[in-house]
Amino acid sequence: MQNFITDNKNLEAIALKVREHILKMSTGGGCFTGASLSAVDMIVYLYAEFLNLHQDNLNDPNRDYLFLSKGHDVPALYGTFAELGLIPKERLANHLSINDHIYWHPNTHIPGIEFHSGSLGHLPSVAIGVAMDIKIRGGENKVICIMGDGELNEGSCWEAVLVANAYQLDNLIFVIDRNNFQANIATEDLIPLEPLHNKFTAFGAAVSRINGHNFNQLRNAFKKIPFAQGKLNVVIADTVRGKGLPSIEARADRWFCNFSADEVGQLLQELHGEHQTQLTSETLVVR
Amino acid sequence: MSYEELLTELSLADEHFIVMTAENRALIRNLPKLLGKRFIDTGITEQTMIGAAAGLALRGRVPVVHALASFLSMRAFEFIRTDAGIPSLPIKLSAFIPGLLSDANGPTHQAIEDISIMRGIPNMTVFAPADEDDMVKMMPLIWASAKPAYTRINTRATAYVHAPFEPGKAEVIETGTDVTILTYGLLFEQALITVEILRGEGLSVGLVNMRSLKPVDEQAILDVVDGCDLVVTLEDHFLTGGLYTIIAEVLLKHQKTAKVLPFALNEKWFKPALLPAVIENEGFSGKQVAETILGYQTNHNQPEILKSQFSE
Repeated sequence: MQNFITDNKNLEAIALKVREHILKMSTGGGCFTGASLSAVDMIVYLYAEFLNLHQDNLNDPNRDYLFLSKGHDVPALYGTFAELGLIPKERLANHLSINDHIYWHPNTHIPGIEFHSGSLGHLPSVAIGVAMDIKIRGGENKVICIMGDGELNEGSCWEAVLVANAYQLDNLIFVIDRNNFQANIATEDLIPLEPLHNKFTAFGAAVSRINGHNFNQLRNAFKKIPFAQGKLNVVIADTVRGKGLPSIEARADRWFCNFSADEVGQLLQELHGEHQTQLTSETLVVR
Repeated sequence: MSYEELLTELSLADEHFIVMTAENRALIRNLPKLLGKRFIDTGITEQTMIGAAAGLALRGRVPVVHALASFLSMRAFEFIRTDAGIPSLPIKLSAFIPGLLSDANGPTHQAIEDISIMRGIPNMTVFAPADEDDMVKMMPLIWASAKPAYTRINTRATAYVHAPFEPGKAEVIETGTDVTILTYGLLFEQALITVEILRGEGLSVGLVNMRSLKPVDEQAILDVVDGCDLVVTLEDHFLTGGLYTIIAEVLLKHQKTAKVLPFALNEKWFKPALLPAVIENEGFSGKQVAETILGYQTNHNQPEILKSQFSE
């Protein structure tokens, strides 16, 4: 929605609404709350401001593309789509219903979702194919692929970086949601990724590392794309798992959450700066 | 006409085609300079090649991808299942040196479960031409379909001239009442010899070139079962999941029984060597198959039509 909303206050207001949506999906079966909250701000920024993508050009070959490879954070996408009018807000109430398609991973029944995901390390290469075709046709559109940092364990991500650079796909942007967690373990405690910036530059990419919750930094980074002629763009967005809710922030055990209705009520207050919630629901639910 | 000549002609005439490879150019040596940017070599990255093919297909292209059958069907399996199968994208998989055609490479290169695993993917179609003539007759229709397709590439030349290909149909070469051989791929060549030998022994012999393993020509199978005493399956594939299993599924579905004698690789990889020796060693030569069916040695000779296939 290029130039639709370029005001930080508006972006913050949308992001807050999206966080509310995510919380409301974190019950009655639950969702990947922690992983969704770390990605909210970048997703809101990209859809509300950066991408040439809106309700009326979803099938236009000249649109920009966003692929959510880290598929389990799709509640952030559902919430953003509801706020930006791609899907009706009421539809979010169908989360996990057999009568709709709003489940734990993205699928193309939701308008605006370009490709299904869930198996990690797939969409970097799918995004490469789209970026290659745009290059062949001489198009100007951009292709974004959001990946998790844990996802970078998958070798196919690094294959994709090699191939993207070989084909000089400077219209392609890999955004890393660097929230420092695998599923339930800190990345640096299991498969350390740092120095991550250096890993990508060593593979030939042009890299920008920013605070993924800061709209000014997001804007400044994406404004500079392509970072370098003929190079894959990588944005490492440092984020906090569970961002916005101090009671679950940066916790290994709050990746997938299935809160009680009472907890959701308290967490909604916490989101608006009220007291911190005492959580009693089961933790460390690994899906 | 060769595979490469066919692909050259079709891809030059139609901008939808993108020719891809994971650095296996044996079949498509001349295409890079002819197709320019519509030729994409992703290097030794079968997974990335399939993912990229999905992206290209999302943009309306028909990617024809090339890699060795074992790496394509197994290293990239989940990408094929997830990125081509789930959305049913028209990604065309050209699997090089499948089955016994990997001859002396060794078990790492033996794709002898490929039909089993590929046909297990919803939306996927699976083909195995008998020889180059058969393949050149099949490929235009395989590529024109809107579905993902896995084809066992078979560039061997034989003297046989095949009938035009009809999607989903087997090629019934001969009908017989005593024995009918159902086969696909390079062993078709051997089956022709088997038919001659059995006929020389006074039997009424049928032969069917299956061509399409998915969708499979159920009617052709049922016709054979209804009209013939012994059904023989001959395939360079594991016994599990290939033609023998397909026949079993079709019989069960139609509540029929039949006497079926399978020739396949039963719970083992084949001993690597040059192709003629491999075929003999597994007992898949035309003469050996005939003698196994007859239960006695004959005076027939195995014609010298086997020659080794290069491989990379």
